[in-house]
Amino acid sequence: MPMTKTRAKSGFALSNIGSVASQGVVLAIALFFVYLLFTNTQENLALRGIESGFAFLDKEAGLPIGDSLIAYTPMRSYGYAFLVGILNTLFVSVLAIILSTILGVFVGIARVSNNWLLAKVAAVYVETLRNLPLLLTLFFVYSVVLAALPHPREAIELLEGVYLSKRGFYLPRPLAEPGFWTFLIAALIAFALGLAFWRWAALHKVRTGKTLPGFWGGLGIFIVLTGLAYLITGRPVGSELPVYAGFNFKGGLAMKPEFASLLIGLVLYTAAYIGENVRSGIQSVEAGQIEAANALGVSNTVVTRKVLLPQALRVTIPATTNDYASLVKNSSLAVAIGYPDMVSIGGTIIGQNGQAVEIIAMWMAVYLTINLIISLGMNALNARVQHAER
Amino acid sequence: MRNLVKLGAIAAATIATAGAVSAGTLEKVREADELACGVSEGVPGFSNPNSDGDWVGLDADFCRAVAAAVLGDASKVRYVPLASKQKVLAVSSGQVDLTSRTTTWTMKRDSAEGVDFTAVVYYDGQGFMVKSEAGISSAKEMDGATVCVTTGTTTELNLADYGRANNLTLEPVVFEGKREAVDAYASGRCDALTTDMSQLAAFRSGFADPSAHTILPEVISKEPLAPLVAHGDNQWKDIVTWVVYGIISAEELGVTQANVADMVANSTNPNIQRMIGSTGDTGGFIGLESTWMFDAISAVGNYGEIYERNLTATLGLERGINAQWKDGGILYAMPIR
Repeated sequence: MPMTKTRAKSGFALSNIGSVASQGVVLAIALFFVYLLFTNTQENLALRGIESGFAFLDKEAGLPIGDSLIAYTPMRSYGYAFLVGILNTLFVSVLAIILSTILGVFVGIARVSNNWLLAKVAAVYVETLRNLPLLLTLFFVYSVVLAALPHPREAIELLEGVYLSKRGFYLPRPLAEPGFWTFLIAALIAFALGLAFWRWAALHKVRTGKTLPGFWGGLGIFIVLTGLAYLITGRPVGSELPVYAGFNFKGGLAMKPEFASLLIGLVLYTAAYIGENVRSGIQSVEAGQIEAANALGVSNTVVTRKVLLPQALRVTIPATTNDYASLVKNSSLAVAIGYPDMVSIGGTIIGQNGQAVEIIAMWMAVYLTINLIISLGMNALNARVQHAER
Repeated sequence: MRNLVKLGAIAAATIATAGAVSAGTLEKVREADELACGVSEGVPGFSNPNSDGDWVGLDADFCRAVAAAVLGDASKVRYVPLASKQKVLAVSSGQVDLTSRTTTWTMKRDSAEGVDFTAVVYYDGQGFMVKSEAGISSAKEMDGATVCVTTGTTTELNLADYGRANNLTLEPVVFEGKREAVDAYASGRCDALTTDMSQLAAFRSGFADPSAHTILPEVISKEPLAPLVAHGDNQWKDIVTWVVYGIISAEELGVTQANVADMVANSTNPNIQRMIGSTGDTGGFIGLESTWMFDAISAVGNYGEIYERNLTATLGLERGINAQWKDGGILYAMPIR
């Protein structure tokens, strides 16, 4: 951070009227080209009798969507249908980022492990996934998922109300019953108490040097109190079980095979890259530090958690920002395996409506926004961990 | 991703090119000595590459007929495979001279998407195919079914409309490619596959055991399939329209690929003489040689021959409503005179 500040300052000091003027001219030319592009597009569209503008967003979509996070019917507008797509893109991206980070950290650690077998397995995993096109991986995962699962008539019942079949993974849907809100408040209080205990244990360690099981104690407090509250408020959480009827399961929560395949594909693919970032991060930590910690008698687990990873992750963050951005863009391959992401739904709107320029502009705006937000967040995180250094 | 890039390129062409599309397609085609014809990415019977890599099918034959009429050589066609959502854009932006790709003639496309439809080459309708073991005989029994469908077509809209009109909950799984949709249906992901009836028949014929699949009787939409050209070039639109009518008329008049040369010399029917250029100059009306229909029929044959070769012989499709109006169908070409 201090580095960039100095650079900015020296840049300012060097500037003079000439360079400001030349930059102004370049900017004016760039803006003029954008203007030209815009008016030329408008002219061409009018010339060919193609409608333009965003008025179509208010019109009835009429298109069916198989997997939506918010209630959707074909009577809703094109704008709303596109929103369903944005939410699906966001949902799969966020989940994939979280899961690929976790898997990636494990892969990175395994890559440099002293365990020969583990290191080789991780190496084979990374090389395979990185060198295959993601589209191929997605097709493979999707066909394996579909081939492995049974027809819904012969669905695998894992627990009561939990079914696995070609139609997806069906779970009971939790339902709020009388007393639910009281229970929710009690659970929140229990959570706060658990958190408070954890913080107190940490402080206690600083003051006295004695280690208390803060995390597990806090978790225990939360679980026990929440369990008591659940019984006292009269078990206020019911469930709607999925039932097989006719062709498919009705009711319950569902995770569709397309979503699962896309998620698995994205996670496996991105984790290979993140794993390599983590490996380079780990190898950037001087061996002397680990040897020193070992010489002090600190166990390997603690060395990994307290010495290695905090320093390694700092090196890892900038490279991983790029991988997150790629993941979000790669999620547009969803259309190939039938998951209704933003690109899939936008494509349908183009097919029905013909207004490709507008839809493509919307795709670009959404991807740009998501990736800029990721960039901002990761840069902020980066600034924080870099600051903590020494 | 690949299609996304292609779509982007087409949109970029719309943004960047100067507005020279509205006229002169005929000159452009003659200058290039080649017809750029948009086809599908592979629909058996309509446009599909064969084992030699040549495009075959009813739609591909109409590309050839137009090339023969305009350039005198049916082989001067550059086939451009298009995904569903590109088929209208590619022609409105001037990327292809003509799209001949199972495209439904709708009001929105004809009026507000920068294209004009020419003449119907196939009257289709959307239907459903299910596994025979499901034991259903009507689409009305499909409440709760999962349906595999291809994106960017009127098919999705028809599916939603049919569900709404008949109070059926139909869950769509929407794929970019036809192949993926068919594979997902075959693997049991979906209870039903929906697309135009002709294509259902084509896909069923490709399964290991076609009798394990049933095409339900309901036809849920009207799908008049017609070649389309860019809006605003009336001469070019006339050319494509009349080549289609010519091919259909040829069957009605009994002119075939085999007898057309003989007809030029010996036919005494004035309708035939006008059409194949032994008297008068019908080609001159649309800026073509007087031999335009002779060249087209010599290259691909008449409508009946095209149909028999591509749809009956390989897919077992009957003529149905696509028979000539004299034979109880609705195929009715405007008179060439």
